[in-house]
Amino acid sequence: MIPAPSTRHDVRLENVIKQFGGWTAVDNISLSIEGGEFFSLLGPSGCGKSTTLSMIGGFESPSAGAIYLDGEDVSRQPSYKRDVNTVFQSYALFPHLTIFENVAFGLRRKGVKSDEVTRRTNEMLELVDLAGFAKRKPGQLSGGQAQRVALARALVNKPKLLLLDEPLGALDLKLRKQMQIELKRIQSEVGITFLFVTHDQEEAMAMSDRLAVMSKGRIEQIGTPADVYDHPATEFVASFLGASNLLPGTITAQNGAQAQVTLEDGAIITLPRAVLAQIAGDKVKIGVRPEKFHVLQPGEPRPDGWNEIEAIAGVSVYLGVSRQYEMESKTGRALSVYAQNSGRQEDIPPGSAVRLTWNPAHTFAVTGT
Amino acid sequence: MRQARGFLAPYLLSLPSWVYLLAFFLIPLASMLGMALAVGDPISGYTMSDNYQEVIGAFTGYESSFVRSFWYGTASTVITLAISYPVAYWIAFYAGRHKSTYLFIIMLPFFVSFVIRVLAWEFILSDQGFLLGPLKALGVLPESFRILSTKWAVIGGLVYNSFAYYVLPLYVVLEKIDRRLVRAANDLYAAPATAFIKIILPLSAPGIFAGFLLVFVTNVGDYVNAALLGGPGTYMVGNVIQDAFFQSQDYPLAASLSSILMLMLMIAILLYSKAFGTDAIQEYAA
Repeated sequence: MIPAPSTRHDVRLENVIKQFGGWTAVDNISLSIEGGEFFSLLGPSGCGKSTTLSMIGGFESPSAGAIYLDGEDVSRQPSYKRDVNTVFQSYALFPHLTIFENVAFGLRRKGVKSDEVTRRTNEMLELVDLAGFAKRKPGQLSGGQAQRVALARALVNKPKLLLLDEPLGALDLKLRKQMQIELKRIQSEVGITFLFVTHDQEEAMAMSDRLAVMSKGRIEQIGTPADVYDHPATEFVASFLGASNLLPGTITAQNGAQAQVTLEDGAIITLPRAVLAQIAGDKVKIGVRPEKFHVLQPGEPRPDGWNEIEAIAGVSVYLGVSRQYEMESKTGRALSVYAQNSGRQEDIPPGSAVRLTWNPAHTFAVTGT
Repeated sequence: MRQARGFLAPYLLSLPSWVYLLAFFLIPLASMLGMALAVGDPISGYTMSDNYQEVIGAFTGYESSFVRSFWYGTASTVITLAISYPVAYWIAFYAGRHKSTYLFIIMLPFFVSFVIRVLAWEFILSDQGFLLGPLKALGVLPESFRILSTKWAVIGGLVYNSFAYYVLPLYVVLEKIDRRLVRAANDLYAAPATAFIKIILPLSAPGIFAGFLLVFVTNVGDYVNAALLGGPGTYMVGNVIQDAFFQSQDYPLAASLSSILMLMLMIAILLYSKAFGTDAIQEYAA
């Protein structure tokens, strides 16, 4: 096995709990982040992701459990001794110091020699494309520039781990997209482990190597963006990462690599057996992402081996790249169907009966009730 | 026409203040400066002279009082700063939603007349009073021990009376400081003490600066504390001026001393602003 480069440092959380009074903000989470990885904690506000970040940064200490940085237990190490730096949501730039002094702050505290401070600070300002701004004060910067200073101020210290607490939240959409790409570029250049916290699923998916979806202080699922999107483990994950169609049913057959689920209306759905591996009992909800549905033309046969259900088309919204339909299944369940604007299909008028088909491999399942 | 009115409005609105300043500040100031150079007495009247030697004589005659005033003023202001900073800091950062309650408690003694408050201290500190009396009876303090009429009684009185005037400007700047900056400093390897020195202190410099001016100027010119809590050895310029005005009715002397004090304070403030102006402090912090 090739040893990991020395600049890459891993992080491990073991059974970490954080309670404030009687309220459990983080409820027994364990996860491990590999050195050099871009890892995201994704979840709605109040899910415990920011508290988790605070504990890793050393601003809060866990009520129970341990945090390991490079194999060393740092749970009780104060933030100013911990080799972790943070890009704060509010940037928290020091308003009385110049951009140069903001970026140099950490190096000066560590007692780095003055000429090296100058060299590294200037290098870092160049990396974030702010070389000409060294003498300005934070008040003279735009949001995007301030964000880059915050990033430079953290990265210049070459921490073992960089924490990013919703750093793009305050930027407008266009700038956010730019910064997402910029962050990925910088991360691959410096090779530091990034832990990114966000409530924006698109952002998390666009940037992360892997991500953890959190809800109510717990981790619901950890995986690559594709894993988590295509095979959500819980109903929460399925609905938090984009729209999904969930149809309740009962497992009626499992043999070989295939399994069958009978839906409420009696329709029989085929799906890979592996999809049901985590399901307890025989009650199940099968899920299909809206873009995985194909609308069959009248009389058009469905592709061999694909599943099919019937639906009534409702209103639709035109979004340029696709048209999004609201539909209703035979049993009255709301369905969402996205048709790619490939020019191959006529628009479906509201009220028409349609047949929806999809590849069994694109089915996921969560435990039903 | 409308534009002209809009242009004039700020001047018209400030007109009453200008009239007020002219009547009650500039005219008396000019009259004081004139009186400093006048000769005569209250009965036969005064005539102007160009005898500025008189003014210089007023300074050399009471040099020690001037020195004392500045020394008491500086000492009391520095001590007030040292006491009020932690209080303002605590209220701004830790008092939560009770901030205004604590500020009110600090202001509360100031609803009592200034002279009454100083008299209360005279009573508390008196040689056989309820504080020193029992301690002397028990032999903890020697019989000859006294606080009243020492410089510490005067400086203590000045500190007590300027406390709230320093807490308020400090509170105002500290309250505005984003606490997350401290977190950011900790994140960047600054231990709590370093974070305070590098972040909180420079950001609160405007309050330290404003409070210092407010308290220092008031205390240098004060005479009530020295008159009630001090003794013959603690005479400040304010006391000399008061005596010259009310007792010997030597108005030219009183006016000369006042003018000199004013000039010295102006020079002191100018030097102070140059040396410790907010910008200088913040640049130093970097």
